[in-house]
Amino acid sequence: MSGFFDIPSDLQHSWLGLVGLHLREALLPVLAGLLVSLPVAQLCVRFRWLYPPVLGVTTVLYAIPSLAFFVVLIDYTGQTELTVMIPLAVYSLVVLVPAIVDGVRSVPQETLAAATAMGFGPVRRYLQVQLPIAVPAIIAGLRVATVSSISLVSVGMLIGNQGALGNLLNDANIYHRPELAWNSVITTAVLAILADAALVLVRLLLTPWMPSGTRSRRRKPAAAGPDATVPALEDAR
Amino acid sequence: MIRIDSVTKRYPDGTVAVDRLSLEIPDRSITVLVGPSGCGKTTTLRMINRMIEPSEGTITLDGVDISRQPVNSLRRSMGYVIQNAGLFQHRTVVDNIATVPRLLGWSKDKARERARELMERVGLDPSFAKRYPYQLSGGQQQRVGVARALAADPPVLLMDEPFSAVDPIVRKGLQEELLRIQEELGKTIVFVTHDIDEAIRLGTMVAVMRTGGRLAQFAPPAELLSSPADSFVEDFLGTDRGIRRLSFFTSEALELKKTPIVAVDSSAEQIASRGGPDVPYLLVTDLEGRPLGWSEPGDLAAGRIEAGRLLSYGRPFVHGKDSLRAALDCAVLSPTGWAVAVDGDGRVVGVVSQQTIGEAIRNAHAAQERDEKVAG
Repeated sequence: MSGFFDIPSDLQHSWLGLVGLHLREALLPVLAGLLVSLPVAQLCVRFRWLYPPVLGVTTVLYAIPSLAFFVVLIDYTGQTELTVMIPLAVYSLVVLVPAIVDGVRSVPQETLAAATAMGFGPVRRYLQVQLPIAVPAIIAGLRVATVSSISLVSVGMLIGNQGALGNLLNDANIYHRPELAWNSVITTAVLAILADAALVLVRLLLTPWMPSGTRSRRRKPAAAGPDATVPALEDAR
Repeated sequence: MIRIDSVTKRYPDGTVAVDRLSLEIPDRSITVLVGPSGCGKTTTLRMINRMIEPSEGTITLDGVDISRQPVNSLRRSMGYVIQNAGLFQHRTVVDNIATVPRLLGWSKDKARERARELMERVGLDPSFAKRYPYQLSGGQQQRVGVARALAADPPVLLMDEPFSAVDPIVRKGLQEELLRIQEELGKTIVFVTHDIDEAIRLGTMVAVMRTGGRLAQFAPPAELLSSPADSFVEDFLGTDRGIRRLSFFTSEALELKKTPIVAVDSSAEQIASRGGPDVPYLLVTDLEGRPLGWSEPGDLAAGRIEAGRLLSYGRPFVHGKDSLRAALDCAVLSPTGWAVAVDGDGRVVGVVSQQTIGEAIRNAHAAQERDEKVAG
């Protein structure tokens, strides 16, 4: 009788090994997507006319089924992890680009004017003012992209067991071991929840300046009053 | 000195925001640009630190054309305060204030030390240093904004409707604070507002601008109120400019009457000696000389009077410190038509009738006209 965590030898990995592989195949594409999105989004902020076509292209790319992607890529990258990760990176753009664009655009006009008036050049202003203020929006995008990526990795099973935890689904079928399918589904879900929680934690650490209780909702400073949990402060006289 | 020399700002669509504007902004004083929206006052301000480049004309700072100066170092030499403060929401109060010193390459410790000094100067409690902007009220945010503008000790301060978004009481506090800071630091301040009262309150010189970006009048506030250049300026000043003008005349020259004042413990003879045909009311003071209220001499002569039967004296003015406007206001508020003048400690120094204040106003106007003739 094989246990819940006994992984068939054809996968050449322990359960933990599969978890590590799964995370790598899911997270590296999101990281790559982020690295591509940052400059693309900045171009979209700078040249407003660029944003609608970019948004259109990312949406169309997202609409391509992963199988179709694999068929095209397999000629170039073979039955490898890379063939799985490239589509995932492309998919992440549809979430990340708008998240960053909206985040950077949400920086209040007067904050930007103040930065310019104090002698920030465009690069410094982007790195020290716009990007930090966009962090909540960027992380909100990263959360969606990460969770979706973790669930999508499983499809890689179709191209020669490149689906990490997803490969267990196939093995469950071959070896008539339904517990392997349960293992695949539950482990993937737990990974997604943990990754999401980790990103929330990162957000909390990076943005001590946000009113507590607003989560990832960005606030317009002029409109919103002090948070209810913060005692209202009298004007210092 | 900042010199704006026939500057025009024309946008590609043909709109003219500023039209051949010439202004000499004197050093170490507050120059207010005031006008209705669309008069180009903010555009003018932003041309001084080159956030907007003029289409024609030149702006010089101490004789040097600003368009020849590196833009970021020019901006770092000019503090900038903006409506809603425009604080960096992701930085603490102390780091917000330390921004420009850090840009200028100061060490973190030195910049923060300077920031803490400035918090004290603008009246912010040191305990706010580590807070974030969302934890501050609008008025406190604006104080941080002023401190941030002053951080690198720039000779010039540009202020763009800085106090427009706070409530009137906080605004008054911030205005007083600005005047106090200006007294200590003597910056060259260019202040933009649409509020003529604010302009008159703060300005050493006031430039009234009209829609289309043209200068309507450039004068000290008292002159603006006494002789508006045209009907536009007159309308913009509002209906009560005559009253507001009185703020610029001191109450020192008022001739005070001392006879209608009696202490609460005065005898009947003393009271009788104070009355007279031109003294319809007597002012009763306590034993320290502070005002209690008015009474008719007949009522008093009957003996000691209970405070409850006295007529209210309204509100006193401080003789010599308050303006004729305050004195007139006191006389108008007083049911007897007489204003009570007190010294700095609140002790009565005399009383004055509306009629006497009226004479003082006429004298003051005449004196000012003579001065203007001499100056002109």
